Amino acid sequence: MRSGVIAKKVGMTRLFMEDGRQVPVTVLQLEGLQVVAQRTAEKDGYTAVQLGAGAAKAKRTSKAMRGHFAAANVEPKRKLAEFRVSPENLIAVGEEISAEHYVEGQKVDVAGTSIGKGFAGAMKRHNFGGLRASHGVSISHRSHGSTGQCQDPGKVFKGKKMAGHMGAVRVTTQNLEIVRTDADRGLIMVKGAVPGSKGGWVTIKDAVKKKLPENVPFPAALKSAAAPVAQAPAEEAPAEGGEA
Amino acid sequence: MDLIAQLEAEQIAALGKTIPDFKAGDTIRVGYKVTEGTRSRVQMYEGVCISRKNGKGIAGSFTVRKISFGEGVERVFPLFSTNIDSIEVVRRGRVRRAKLYYLRARRGKSARIAEVSNYKPLDGAEA
Repeated sequence: MRSGVIAKKVGMTRLFMEDGRQVPVTVLQLEGLQVVAQRTAEKDGYTAVQLGAGAAKAKRTSKAMRGHFAAANVEPKRKLAEFRVSPENLIAVGEEISAEHYVEGQKVDVAGTSIGKGFAGAMKRHNFGGLRASHGVSISHRSHGSTGQCQDPGKVFKGKKMAGHMGAVRVTTQNLEIVRTDADRGLIMVKGAVPGSKGGWVTIKDAVKKKLPENVPFPAALKSAAAPVAQAPAEEAPAEGGEA
Repeated sequence: MDLIAQLEAEQIAALGKTIPDFKAGDTIRVGYKVTEGTRSRVQMYEGVCISRKNGKGIAGSFTVRKISFGEGVERVFPLFSTNIDSIEVVRRGRVRRAKLYYLRARRGKSARIAEVSNYKPLDGAEA
């Protein structure tokens, strides 16, 4: 099991392919994605990496968190998330992950916080049909109708689908295809829609229900590995430009 | 320019298509690539452009209407589709609407569109 990544949802667009297809894609961006901490079996009882993404102002980061980032020797991050990994796939603290972590054609699961819809009726929230437009129905055209039986059982069963708060929950969309990656700008384009609003944070993981392609990098696509000594300064410059 | 606009501009540049200046009311001829089995050829589709949608960007599209064997046929083409081989303006029509959906209800003489007599090409636009 290898690490996932934290990405920011930039927005949607379309790509025209050579063979005439047009593919709707969501553009996700990696912003200074670095390993902030490791969880090991000896110390924590499980193995995982804690990743951080985005740039946070040091002034607005709590003292405790500043200490945590200082221990990893990384800039303060906006968003932190842990990814369970197998022990051989642990990544060293401070390493930066690039967009080549995923290969084209690979399937991934993307999780994010869906857009909040507020207090929504049963028609919008649960796809109920509502009541009739005529035949004596008054005022309650969009109501949910009956919620149960009579004196026996004399209550509404728990879990009954009714109106209530909708959205703003964590949603995972499974088996989205990676269409293109751009390591220079840290862009990952996945086919189809991704939960959440533009500018929201999402986590991308290898699809649990699909086989992993053979050419994916292990333990991760690292910027330090991609750019050895000579290219290292050139790699750093665009990455920092993206953060600003 | 935000990142999405930048990506779209890059893609338009990479596709390298020259879109002629046309609008609703113009008669245009679209060369559309058709793949039959393994062979691919270009099929011409000529008719009146009755609508252009979503501007000149990557999401732009246009609708072409023609009367084929007495039956009205409409096709919607994405402006930057890689299946489009060519777009050619045959005739420029004078219309007072951006969307000519009223043509659907008309036949024959009343469905005609007058030709523009004083067409001026846009600055920097070809065709």
